[in-house]
Amino acid sequence: MVNDNQDYKKIPGWGMDIDLENEPTYPMKNYTGDDHKRSDYERSEQQPVNIELLKSNERPRTSAVFGTSVPPSGLSGMIRRYAFKHSEDRYRHWIPLILADRVNAWEGIFEDLRKGTIPNILAERGYKAELKYNPVGLAKSALVVLVVGTLAIKYISKKK
Amino acid sequence: MLAMNYRGPYRVRVEQRPMPEILHPEDAIVRVTRTCICGSDLHLYHGMVPDTRVGSTFGHEFVGIVEETGPLVTNIKVGDQVLVPFNIACGKCNFCKQGLFGNCHESNTMATAVGGIFGYSHTAGGFDGGQAEYVRVPYANVGPTVIPPDMDPDDAVLLTDVVPTGYQAAEMGGIKEGDTVVVFGAGPIGIMAARCAWFFGASRVIIIDHIDYRLEFAKNYAKCEAYNFKSMEDPVVFLKKTTDWYGADVCIDCVGCEAEGNALQTFTGKVTLMQAGAATALQWAINSVKKGGIVSVVGVYGPPFNYVPIGNVLNKGITLRANQASVKRLLPRLIEHVQAGRLDPKGLITHRIPLEEIADAYHIFSAKLDNCIKTVLIPSTKA
Repeated sequence: MVNDNQDYKKIPGWGMDIDLENEPTYPMKNYTGDDHKRSDYERSEQQPVNIELLKSNERPRTSAVFGTSVPPSGLSGMIRRYAFKHSEDRYRHWIPLILADRVNAWEGIFEDLRKGTIPNILAERGYKAELKYNPVGLAKSALVVLVVGTLAIKYISKKK
Repeated sequence: MLAMNYRGPYRVRVEQRPMPEILHPEDAIVRVTRTCICGSDLHLYHGMVPDTRVGSTFGHEFVGIVEETGPLVTNIKVGDQVLVPFNIACGKCNFCKQGLFGNCHESNTMATAVGGIFGYSHTAGGFDGGQAEYVRVPYANVGPTVIPPDMDPDDAVLLTDVVPTGYQAAEMGGIKEGDTVVVFGAGPIGIMAARCAWFFGASRVIIIDHIDYRLEFAKNYAKCEAYNFKSMEDPVVFLKKTTDWYGADVCIDCVGCEAEGNALQTFTGKVTLMQAGAATALQWAINSVKKGGIVSVVGVYGPPFNYVPIGNVLNKGITLRANQASVKRLLPRLIEHVQAGRLDPKGLITHRIPLEEIADAYHIFSAKLDNCIKTVLIPSTKA
């Protein structure tokens, strides 16, 4: 949208100190003045929206293209839908999204089990590489887990 | 097709996924021949980036062969070998028209603060990435660039992110002839930023990290001084002292949100998530630069905010410059540098791993095993 009201140019001194060299975004930005047209630019054709798409409430419409990877679903999807009611400025946008990510990790495990697959979490965490390149570190970690686990079991049994 | 599948923090695997399809007339489908794991992929892998959904495929550094094009694609054709910038850019919005291809306004519905990026969470648009055998490439008239016939694909794949980001980090530093430049972080981007600082006339380039093998690599590759901050009582005092108690002319943050070196930053940023990661490198950059100096930031930080000494930015008159690299803008110059032998991107590659072994590849890179600097994944369908 171009500002048709040119009255501001009548303010005494308007524009006298314009310095086109004073452009801290150079050379990243090739300033053309198009910013003043705001959102009035030619857009590509809109990608058909045939999945659930969560849209930032800081923009008026979906972007012309978007990713279709993993639409929101389940409990994590409910949390994400709540998050997108709030702007990117708010904690109540980002904290629920992080919470949803953690819930989603558990949903992934349940989904695997539902499909009859037991996720090989050690393989997914790259433990083969750890064994190959850091066997001592791996042994130390295993020992720490073993000691802490044993102490915890002893402590719990003592309490009973 | 085989594709990487994110299962939650520190857990990835490969599995069969449906082939990508043309969803927009300006799309292309690319068969991936090389793809890298980027340092910023580790932020996703570690669960640091909000809205990283289980089932996503990461990967924003890839090259490949065009397999299919949408009806409006005219700049590339089936069979072309292309490198694909990590930014998804329409080429038509005001930001793209002014060269800010990393800030496109028509490639990310989910957030306004960042343009679309391949395989980088729904916060960056929810696009599947290139750590797969095939990938959908939107706006194929804008991003994909035909690889010159004499260029090694290993060089080309690093032109999709590492080289342009390192170069722009130095460029944003506004380096003048004779300047002393300090780069925080000796990962691939930091090493490339240190190397590129010489192009702009630096007389002294210093790189700071805490991993000895990376510092040794950086010293040789980027011909710079390299120091381990763990050997210093206070890195800021060290840098002041080594610059005649004046401060560096330019400081570059190539670390981002998973920095080490400051207990309070680590506790608030990485342990309790009270800020978007540990901003130690940015804090050091601001406090080590001279008055009136320039701090350039390409390290990735998540939303919503970080604890940085903004008061010192004011009091010292620091110019803070930052952006995602505008890969398309920089490519012509960087291709010249590579073809002339002035830059050796593939010299950064230390590991070549089949896509099928992606879980091990991520762990090696994340845990910095086997002196890993840069990992290239190779799908088995490669030409």
